[in-house]
Amino acid sequence: MSLLRVSKRAELPQGRVALIRTAAVLLSLAAAAAALAAFGLNPLDIYGAIVEGAFGTGMRARQTVIKAVPLIITSLGILVAFKMKFWNIGGEGQIMAGAFAAAYVALYHGDLPRPLLLPLMALAGMAMGGVWALIPGLFKAKLGTNETIFTLMMNYIAIKFVEYLQFGPWKDPEAGGFPKIAIFPENAVLPNILGVHAGWVVALAAVAAVHLFMNHTKKGFEISVVGESAETARYAGMNITGVIVAAMLASGGLCGLTGMIQASAIDKTLGVGLSANYGFTAIITAWLARLNAVALLFVCVAFAVLLQGSAYIQLAMKVPAAVAGVVQGIILFFVLGSEFFLQYKVSRKGRV
Amino acid sequence: MPMNDAATENIAIRMENISKAFGAVKANENVSFSARAGEIHALLGENGAGKSTLMNMLSGIYLPDGGSIYVWGEKTSFASPGEAIKRGIGMIHQHFKLVDALTARDNIIIGPGGGLFMNKKELTKKIRAISDRYGLDVNPDRKVYDMSVGEKQTLEIIKVLYRGARILIMDEPTAVLTPQEITRLFQVTRNMREQGCAIIIITHKLNEVMEISDRITVLRKGASVATVETAKTSVGPLIEMMVGKRMDLGIARPSFQGGRVILSLDNVTVAGGEKKSALDGVSFDLSEGEILGVAGVAGSGQKELCETIAGLAAADKGRIFFDGGNILGKSPRDIIKLGIRMGFIPEDRLGMGLVASMDIVHNLVLKDYQQQPGFVLRRRPCVEKAHKIVRRLEIQTPDVSTPVRKLSGGNIQKVLLGREMDSDPRVLITAYPVRGLDIGASYKIYDLLNEQKSKGVAIIFVGEDLDVLLALCDRILVLCGGKITGVVNARETTKEELGLMMTGARQAATGGATGAGEAEAAGREGRGVAGESRRRPS
Repeated sequence: MSLLRVSKRAELPQGRVALIRTAAVLLSLAAAAAALAAFGLNPLDIYGAIVEGAFGTGMRARQTVIKAVPLIITSLGILVAFKMKFWNIGGEGQIMAGAFAAAYVALYHGDLPRPLLLPLMALAGMAMGGVWALIPGLFKAKLGTNETIFTLMMNYIAIKFVEYLQFGPWKDPEAGGFPKIAIFPENAVLPNILGVHAGWVVALAAVAAVHLFMNHTKKGFEISVVGESAETARYAGMNITGVIVAAMLASGGLCGLTGMIQASAIDKTLGVGLSANYGFTAIITAWLARLNAVALLFVCVAFAVLLQGSAYIQLAMKVPAAVAGVVQGIILFFVLGSEFFLQYKVSRKGRV
Repeated sequence: MPMNDAATENIAIRMENISKAFGAVKANENVSFSARAGEIHALLGENGAGKSTLMNMLSGIYLPDGGSIYVWGEKTSFASPGEAIKRGIGMIHQHFKLVDALTARDNIIIGPGGGLFMNKKELTKKIRAISDRYGLDVNPDRKVYDMSVGEKQTLEIIKVLYRGARILIMDEPTAVLTPQEITRLFQVTRNMREQGCAIIIITHKLNEVMEISDRITVLRKGASVATVETAKTSVGPLIEMMVGKRMDLGIARPSFQGGRVILSLDNVTVAGGEKKSALDGVSFDLSEGEILGVAGVAGSGQKELCETIAGLAAADKGRIFFDGGNILGKSPRDIIKLGIRMGFIPEDRLGMGLVASMDIVHNLVLKDYQQQPGFVLRRRPCVEKAHKIVRRLEIQTPDVSTPVRKLSGGNIQKVLLGREMDSDPRVLITAYPVRGLDIGASYKIYDLLNEQKSKGVAIIFVGEDLDVLLALCDRILVLCGGKITGVVNARETTKEELGLMMTGARQAATGGATGAGEAEAAGREGRGVAGESRRRPS
């Protein structure tokens, strides 16, 4: 018999919730500090270096933004699917699918003028990402398949397909034997706005668009209702398959857009490393933001700070990458763990 | 500290100052309760009064937050139902805990108390002995899925007796039984009392309490109000104890003015699982300004009937005429688009009728938004409507933007009913609209339905409490195994007659033509039963 008892708690007032969340962040920093001290590092130095690494110079701040952009857009895509309680674990694959379609346009129609080429790439990327998400969506709607496994498997298909292109048909003959796909023509690269590629404007616009879509359109409302109860949706006369199609096109489309942006602005080509785990990280950020598009923006920026700062301390402080991993892991553990304490309370076993 | 003096020896169960909270909800607060050997003790209270919580602590399902439990005078605490059964406490739950694919015998031996290998003959003998002793009747070789609800309950009782229970808790045991089965159950219960068992019956049905119990403990809002001897009390004071105020339990029935037929089902058949039809050749007419009750043992086709009319379930055969036009095969979306004004209060309020996490306004939008033009969802028109409904139905809510899941059961039902009534329906289908509601809320719902009836709305009322059906409805349609076994005039029929029709033991000889008095309607009524005098073995 255990000595502790876990029981569901009453809904907490907003203030308490904020307090618990803040406490979780502070505690995580303290715990991470202890871990760092155990490694023989000065935690304050490390924390300082993370902030320094994320914002210290204009260049570093730009890097932080560059990391935030794909995270924001992908998380928005995940948000739409999760609102419908469709567990889309396939962000990686949808990013890849979008990047593939954008790359196709860039490589085969690179001579088009930029104002035409870039929107075309974005559209192709969104369409392909949308289709990639729609396939498991339709299977779920028609046959009741499990979307978690299905979307996960779709990731590997997309990644392996890109690998095949890279080593096979799309291999650049001028790369001196390296398995690389050709660099995009200049027209196919996103221009900079205020020093950072235009993706950040797209990301901000996407936050606003998803916020409006989910809260102020009929489709967004239908997606929420289907997520809550398919029976209620049927009762209200909703076309459930239609709702699933719309939601998955939007979800996968956003992920596909990430793929286009990364291929165009960052890699300037297509490669297997392009999705860089954003598809999985986005699950955490979407969840931490409680599926709220505006909160999501802040969560993703905080995450990007952590990613960029950790990358910096490896170089600047000569600490192994694992140290940054430990800090990240501890912070996530506490923040996600605090959700448990918001829902449940733990008490000593009552005397009976 | 064991106490063995003569005074406490007879006390099978004593619970002192028991408290239990679920989150902010205090389900039990300082409740004290005791039951003697050789008595039938009714635990009476409204839904949410804390009856089941208290008994779940006695049977080891929950652990109390505070207080003490004494069994046969000895202080005890149970960490699991297994420990409770070892102390001779068995609970018969409202939802049976049986394995469908196994025989009665196998169901008896699985679980705590059963050995790994059992001698089949020995076991059969033991089951027979228990059955004979208490007047229970079950065939040990019968599979559970072949059993009626009554048989399953009998099996549950044998199961706990087999495990040595001397203290039996029955949670709403009569809720799913026909009147005849209830009579049989009460006989068995009395037999157990004669044998010295302590029987605790959880219920909110007053007439049954008066009939069967020796003593009554009333709970209200998680606290024990009083324990009284049944012989020294009556229904009136019990209601006052349950509700906290005096209440008149008469249900009004405005007279049926006679209206034209608005809804007409013709030979509607819906496939069910396992070769059986969920609905089999169902035909009836429903007139404006009439309340048609639907009675039947749970799972007799009530759900399918409602959902087929509402367009949620597909039918294989038949026609459904709404104001002359066939709507069978139309989806809810089609029905809305055709401008058919039909309200539906489904059985599963939060799972089908409403969106639990959304507020009252968005739940009103649910039925409204399809008529809105364009892509944009307009909330504002529904805000005004929400305020109106909250005022008119006296819904207790902090705000119209409170998620409906935070409201009480009665208020949730009022939101649903308010929305459906607001669409100005011509037909209103209600499935178990007062299930889980307290007495006050139930009567408010009856009043609202009568108000709709007086406005000429045709109402289908699927119910489980025959007393309510008899008092509220104009006619009562009885379903048994998906077939109509009778449509009778609610003013003339009896509970016993309904009970016989519910089990299919009898079909209404008149075919329901006594109905609402509408000659034209009467001619078509009960087509599903006319000429079908075949009796089924019961």
